[in-house]
Amino acid sequence: MKTTNILLAGVGGQGVLLASQILTSVAIAAGLDVKQSEVHGMSQRGGSVTSHVRFGERVYSPTIDDGKADVVLGFERLEALRNAHCVAPGGIIIYNTMRINPSTVASGVAEYPEGIEAGIEAYAKKVYAVDGLGLALQAGNARSANTVMVGAISRFLPLSEDLWAQQIRKILPAKLVDLNLKAFELGVQAVAN
Amino acid sequence: MAEQMIMSGNEAIARGAYEAGVRLAAAYPGTPSTEILENVAQYEEIYSEWSPNEKVALEVGVGSSMAGARTLVAMKHVGINVAADPLFTLSYTGVGGGLILISADDPAMHSSQNEQDNRNYGKFAKIPVIEPSDSQEAKDFVSLALDLSEQFDTPVLYRTTTRISHSKSIVSLGERTVSGSEPQLEKNMPKYTMLPAFARQKHPLIEERIAKLKTYAETSSLNRVEMADTRIGVITNGITYQYVKDALPQASVLKLGLTYPLPEQLIRDFAAKVDKLYVIEELDPFFEEQIRVMGIKVDHGKDLFPICGEFSTQLIREKVEGSSAELQAAAEGLPARPPAFCPGCSHRGIFTILKKLKVFVSGDIGCYTLGALPPIQALHSCVCMGASISMAHGMSHVVPASDDLTQKTVAVIGDSTFFHSGMTGLLDAVYNKGSSVIMILDNRTTGMTGGQENPGTGKTLAGEDAIAADIPAMAKAFGIKDVVLVDPYNLQEIEDTLREELAKPELSVILVKAPCVLRYRISKPPLQVDPEKCTGCKRCLQVSCNALGLVEEGEKSYVQIDQNMCIGCSVCAQVCKFDAIS
Ligand code: SF4
Ligand code: SF4
Repeated sequence: MKTTNILLAGVGGQGVLLASQILTSVAIAAGLDVKQSEVHGMSQRGGSVTSHVRFGERVYSPTIDDGKADVVLGFERLEALRNAHCVAPGGIIIYNTMRINPSTVASGVAEYPEGIEAGIEAYAKKVYAVDGLGLALQAGNARSANTVMVGAISRFLPLSEDLWAQQIRKILPAKLVDLNLKAFELGVQAVAN
Repeated sequence: MAEQMIMSGNEAIARGAYEAGVRLAAAYPGTPSTEILENVAQYEEIYSEWSPNEKVALEVGVGSSMAGARTLVAMKHVGINVAADPLFTLSYTGVGGGLILISADDPAMHSSQNEQDNRNYGKFAKIPVIEPSDSQEAKDFVSLALDLSEQFDTPVLYRTTTRISHSKSIVSLGERTVSGSEPQLEKNMPKYTMLPAFARQKHPLIEERIAKLKTYAETSSLNRVEMADTRIGVITNGITYQYVKDALPQASVLKLGLTYPLPEQLIRDFAAKVDKLYVIEELDPFFEEQIRVMGIKVDHGKDLFPICGEFSTQLIREKVEGSSAELQAAAEGLPARPPAFCPGCSHRGIFTILKKLKVFVSGDIGCYTLGALPPIQALHSCVCMGASISMAHGMSHVVPASDDLTQKTVAVIGDSTFFHSGMTGLLDAVYNKGSSVIMILDNRTTGMTGGQENPGTGKTLAGEDAIAADIPAMAKAFGIKDVVLVDPYNLQEIEDTLREELAKPELSVILVKAPCVLRYRISKPPLQVDPEKCTGCKRCLQVSCNALGLVEEGEKSYVQIDQNMCIGCSVCAQVCKFDAIS
């Protein structure tokens, strides 16, 4: 089995690491070797965050090379564009269309770019734009957008379907499970066609 | 089958300490090492503490080891500089219970002020260096390192890098085993009292120890040869081993886990078996130089591989194969998303005023270092933990007195950093008649590393109640007559106080006390902008709060406040000249 490489990209505080945790747990439950890597330290204070998840029979490096990501999973549209070039030939990009201003934009030093969607589409043949925030609100909480994105990516991974709900139940606090299962399902549907 | 878990290197080290029977662990938080102690603290069997600085942490560890307990001390790479003093003598005394000192290095400086390679400390202090290459090894090597420490009567430098500390891989768990007797005190002056007469006897023994370790290294399971195709042979270590395995799956590899002292014969044999020998290591040519000195021909090392920064699979493939893959270019001209003060952070108002006054701000290490980033850009120096006060003191003695505010210095330092090593600087400044203004930004936590306890927070690492060190009382004890208190959310008060204190010819201490909003989850109702009153002047944007954003509608532009992010601190409202924010 070839190693699967997933690059998650978003903004500190968006739950990128929780999403990575769900992905890695599902891969482990599937009996695979898994590595995950992110750099924290300053990311908590609204900075860019990326997390690399790799799974397969035997995984060595915990990081994904540029141009080797089977999936780029963006949690915010600017961050999706920033990392879009990491996608492998034939790979896919799934991203949350939500906008979060970087401090450089908030302070008027820079502008939030126009035409991000078109920019992202230039990088891969298959691109899925997901209204993560809207679907999360539909599920009942804006904070579940990360689970919407996990649902969206689950459709494209060689991991058995029943493992996802099982691991979400295991990882999330009991009172948040139903909401997140709903968010997950909405994510699955968002990329159904 | 043993239970399996996915763990970061730091979590795995903590687990390793638990399984290896460690009884005491001490550290000062610092990225990328912080989570080691946070995880050790989950195991009740281990006494664990945040010490005020790394030197103290190591000294606490030395005491525990002398009493016969297995001990772990952890810090980030620059922390070893602080702890170097006891370390070099600890090399002489040796240990009682095994002692490992973790140095979490940070190639590429993801969150550090320099990029030093701490394997050099092993060689310098004449102690063994151990380096794991994934989380399983990170756990297993703790017990191997402690065995080694006890067998050779030496502290062991256990070195990780950011990618080991913070990446996760699968670990098989084991049980805790506690070997040896209960800790007890035994008097042994020649061993532990490093008077010159005793120390002189020790030095030759240290040299002998290194020689013995060399022999041990030849057959140690920490070093491993993986023979494959012999056209290329690679000597490597740590995380670089993983990149090599991905980049050059056919190559033969000598993976070093015990990276000081080196196994000369093993290296010689390996070199003889391969056509081309590569030495691939991040940062310094640490092995390479030693291997060359052995007279072994190294075909490629630092001639191909950089000394600065982090490696990757891609970099190794490119350097060895000499070709670079065709890659899609990254999108250009995107706005950066740097970290910023949290919405509502108590440091924001202070820097807003410091910038307005145009003083020289002598900074330190902590969240307030973010005051150097645009648009605030009002922190003008930052060297190491605790240096802000002493540096400002130095400036105050050489810059001629004047009324020109640009020629005056204000030192800013956080509470944890003050306890770390700012206290001694303050004592010096009082004693030696300094004249700068010192602002202690006391937000009751160690903010930058994620909000750890410190001697001022009233809690220990284990969550038990403790004293909360009283900074004004300390300043008083140092001889400072007056400590002025300031509310960081009242800009006028900050400005008035600063102007007053800057005009005085003597040293002033201003205590700014307000809890970290992130750590203590502080929040008031969010503010709103009246679009009618807002002129779009962007003045409020200068306070650099991510909750603020400019909206442009045709000709008209105005600011909006994100109601989910704003926590109602009112700093932006105070700088608005049109009274548009309330
Ligand atoms: S973590 Fe605390 S101290 Fe640091 S920027 Fe956020 S609020 Fe300020
Ligand atoms: S009041 Fe202003 S500065 Fe304070 S958190 Fe809200 S938007 Fe940010």
